[in-house]
Amino acid sequence: MKLHIIIFLTLALLLLLGACGNPAPTISPINETAGAPLPVHTAASDIASTATPEPKTLTVFAAASLTNAFSDIGKAFEAANPGVNVKFNFGGSQALRTQIEQGAQADVFASANTREMDALVTDGLVPADSAKIFLTNQLVVILPAKNPAGLSTLADLSKPGLKLVLAAKEVPVGNYALQVLDKLDAVLNTGYKNKVLANVVSYENDVKQVVAKILLGEADAGIVYLSDTITAPDLIKIVIPSENNVVARYPLAALSHAKNSALAQAFIAYVMSADGQTILHKWGFLPVN
Amino acid sequence: MRQRRLLTHNIVSTNSQTVWLFVVPGLLLVLLLGLPLLALFLRAFTSDFLTYALSETALAALKLSLVTSLISVIISLLVGTPLAYILARWDFPGRAALELLVDLPVVLPPSVAGLALLIAFGRQGIFGIWLAAIGISLPFTTAAVVIAQTFVSAPLFVRSARIGFAGIDPQLEEAAHVEGATQWQLFSQVMFPLAGRALISGAILAWTRALGEFGATILFAGNLEGTTQTMPLAIYLGFERNLNVAVVLSVVLVLVSIILLGVMRKLDKEQPK
Repeated sequence: MKLHIIIFLTLALLLLLGACGNPAPTISPINETAGAPLPVHTAASDIASTATPEPKTLTVFAAASLTNAFSDIGKAFEAANPGVNVKFNFGGSQALRTQIEQGAQADVFASANTREMDALVTDGLVPADSAKIFLTNQLVVILPAKNPAGLSTLADLSKPGLKLVLAAKEVPVGNYALQVLDKLDAVLNTGYKNKVLANVVSYENDVKQVVAKILLGEADAGIVYLSDTITAPDLIKIVIPSENNVVARYPLAALSHAKNSALAQAFIAYVMSADGQTILHKWGFLPVN
Repeated sequence: MRQRRLLTHNIVSTNSQTVWLFVVPGLLLVLLLGLPLLALFLRAFTSDFLTYALSETALAALKLSLVTSLISVIISLLVGTPLAYILARWDFPGRAALELLVDLPVVLPPSVAGLALLIAFGRQGIFGIWLAAIGISLPFTTAAVVIAQTFVSAPLFVRSARIGFAGIDPQLEEAAHVEGATQWQLFSQVMFPLAGRALISGAILAWTRALGEFGATILFAGNLEGTTQTMPLAIYLGFERNLNVAVVLSVVLVLVSIILLGVMRKLDKEQPK
């Protein structure tokens, strides 16, 4: 009799293991709308969503810079569509792209650059020509409120001995920052870019880490998105003139293997709508045109 | 040894049905632990292993990891051994609380450790301000990597050393006292040699932990190749840049860990008595 129980339990365990194995493994912790890291996508949530014929949970992978804006949009979308639950996974776009490539289950992907989106199109994970640019963003230099290094101009960033924090070049904002430095190198004295890069003390994984290091006052300056300064009004900004700035274009698309593509399309339509754009504008993003 | 074999055999023959009670769940765990590592090795050796293992990023990270983890182990030995000795052999008020404090970093999430270090010893940190006053800024330096590693790994060493010291027969201590030995003589001539194996195995355990340190390092020390980018950081970033680099670096780290654990097991087995 005891043996039967054991066999039953073993089979149940193996089934569970099979169930976890079926949908490709999710590597990322998925953040709830509030932003608290939660290791969702366990076996339980997968089983729950496959058991329901019409899944009402929408999983959105979005660039770290969108954290606040998309959390708001998620709440508004849920309010407009009762019974729908939007889950977010915020991170560096390059990390999200890798997670999706490795089989993470997502319905919608919002990237901070077209490179990561194009990579998913090449992989066949996003239908060709389906991605829409839904906002633009620009870069800005931020300094701690106390401005420990006494910086005031873009040229000051090349002063030796500064502690500068950038995002890694794999991260969209890190790549944009290098483009800005290239442009500034052309107008300021030559060698500007190399002098600035010599001051870099850390290359962070996503833009929010850069903001955190400046907010804590651990570094003298960082290069982030203009939208990041909305949540950190105490920071000092050094504006980068638009002729030396870049226009970061954010694409948005439903994934080919989205569990509920109708819901995914509805979410994208909401982001593009006047309501969605108003929320994005509130969080410091610029319209497409 | 002989006795143990007989015992196992006995269980199998008397009630072969309940064997599954142990084998099946045990096997599941073995699969869970073994399959990911197997996959890592299969993936690493089908790709261009040496090219990635000998890349500039990989070598810089490996060198930095080895140097910083060795320094942190030496620090653990120098300051952890006296502390372990105090905790094991002396009786004083607050000892239990002190033991708890020393054990805590073992169970703390590394991100908590990193944040705590940054808030304490960062440039604007509560104690970091004093350091800044004398011109020392820890974050983003190799020293910060060593501090982060020591924070998470020294408790493992202290724990092992404490158990080693506590296991020594109290009569030896009494005998030494009767002979008129000082605390230092007692420690250096009796306790230290007897607890030697516990110290070494604790040091190796701390070393492997320091090698694998990630969360506290990336928060407190940041990420810069050659200065603060250790193996685990290079693996994490390599994962997004080029999965092959990350896989190969992972395998190198697993191999180093296997060697260290192997040495530790050998030491444990050779233990007299």
